[in-house]
Amino acid sequence: MATFKFRTPVSEIDVRKPNIGDTVYVSGTMVTARDQAHRRALEHAETGKPIPVDFEGGVIFHCGPIALKEKEQWRIVAAGPTTSTRMEAYEAEFIEKLKPRIIVGKAGMGARTAEAARKFGAIYCDFTGGAAVLASQKIRAVRGVEWHDLGMPEALWILEVEEFGPMTVTIDSHGKNLHDIVQGSAQEKRAEILKTLGVA
Amino acid sequence: MGIEKTVEKTAVEILRRAVIYLPRDVKEALNSAYENETSEVGRTQLRAILDNIRLGESGKTPICQDTGIILFFVTVGRDFGDFSFVPEALRAAVRTATVDVPLRPNAVHPLTRKNSGDNTGMNMPYINWDIGEGDYIEVTAMPKGAGSENMSSFAMLTPVEGESALKRFVIDQVIKAGAQPCPPTIIGVGVGGSADIALKLAKEALLRPIDVRHPEPQIANLEKVILDAINMTGIGPMGLGGKFTSLGVNIEYAHCHTASLPVGLNMQCWAARRATARIHRDGTVEMAS
Repeated sequence: MATFKFRTPVSEIDVRKPNIGDTVYVSGTMVTARDQAHRRALEHAETGKPIPVDFEGGVIFHCGPIALKEKEQWRIVAAGPTTSTRMEAYEAEFIEKLKPRIIVGKAGMGARTAEAARKFGAIYCDFTGGAAVLASQKIRAVRGVEWHDLGMPEALWILEVEEFGPMTVTIDSHGKNLHDIVQGSAQEKRAEILKTLGVA
Repeated sequence: MGIEKTVEKTAVEILRRAVIYLPRDVKEALNSAYENETSEVGRTQLRAILDNIRLGESGKTPICQDTGIILFFVTVGRDFGDFSFVPEALRAAVRTATVDVPLRPNAVHPLTRKNSGDNTGMNMPYINWDIGEGDYIEVTAMPKGAGSENMSSFAMLTPVEGESALKRFVIDQVIKAGAQPCPPTIIGVGVGGSADIALKLAKEALLRPIDVRHPEPQIANLEKVILDAINMTGIGPMGLGGKFTSLGVNIEYAHCHTASLPVGLNMQCWAARRATARIHRDGTVEMAS
């Protein structure tokens, strides 16, 4: 399995190189966005209202950090990924309209996101769920926070990161989805597992 | 210092301990999983988890940014005396811990989604009460993350199917949950009672260390066989494939109606946070490990 180190903005040519199972590190700018921020960004894109961040070629992080304001400067204390499933309803449209290249989260995403990743050139990566201290160590600075009215977890945190990772590519730009493969295999084993348990 | 202030300060301390230091049994299970995992991707995930635990401890930082909603389990000893101040002391402790630890402000109105900013709100923190012996109260803090809590489920199963129905239900829920509850998980199962009791028992089951089996052999055996079966799914650490999907299965039960078989399931992520303290009437405090 290959390892890729990207710097933002990431080009379509580069993001199409990794396959599922590969390892990715990212340096540059990474912006947190959860369901509320996804919804608002798409509403603004729809109605032409301004969006405070340019996502093109960028990295979206499904994360609601713990942030601490020290001497007028924000510091990220803990910042692991949140379950990406909640963003499935918005991500395909987000990729199409706002053109991020890398989505970072945990637990994988569905068929619509995988299709958008294939069509428009993007990947989805898992960062180890719960590993919030590990993640925060790769954050060099908080460049800003937008839409803070959504609350600390739901706001857009603009982060400068250095070699953020290791992350595992679980949706590549070729239509493959690692979580689907693992899930499908578990489903296939179900009958045998129940038989072992003596369940008819 | 008055007993009110002692309870408040102790509650802040157990909240801090809970979110920074994982319980001994969970750490041991994660270490053992790392040593025995055969999947390369699975081992990478467990390595990251163990590194993260170490970094959290050394930097005194919450191991996961989702410091959960705050649940308390309080057992009041019969000789403790007046305890009517405890709910307010615990609320005050949550507000203080939110700033001092810090905890992420997670508590929102369920419909407007407005964040209270301090982890308190209507019925929050939630306190589960019990009655005990002695001149002390025992307070357990359980900050519960949403990734695993969102995978909770409940079913009214068919009584004649008994254990078979229970096993099928748990396996199906674990497969359905997949990567979402941050495996390797701990599975709390509540059997019997009524709908609400089954779910409450499922949550309480998660308070028992995972290396302690149920005292009744039939239930203890069920815990073991279900755990082995879950780990045959191959879902693995973080759902990326591997041997360790769960670290433990804990089951609690209550007698139930002859016509019902309620089963509640509560999942816990690998960051299975809990911490306990005893506070005596005279103000002495014992921290449990």
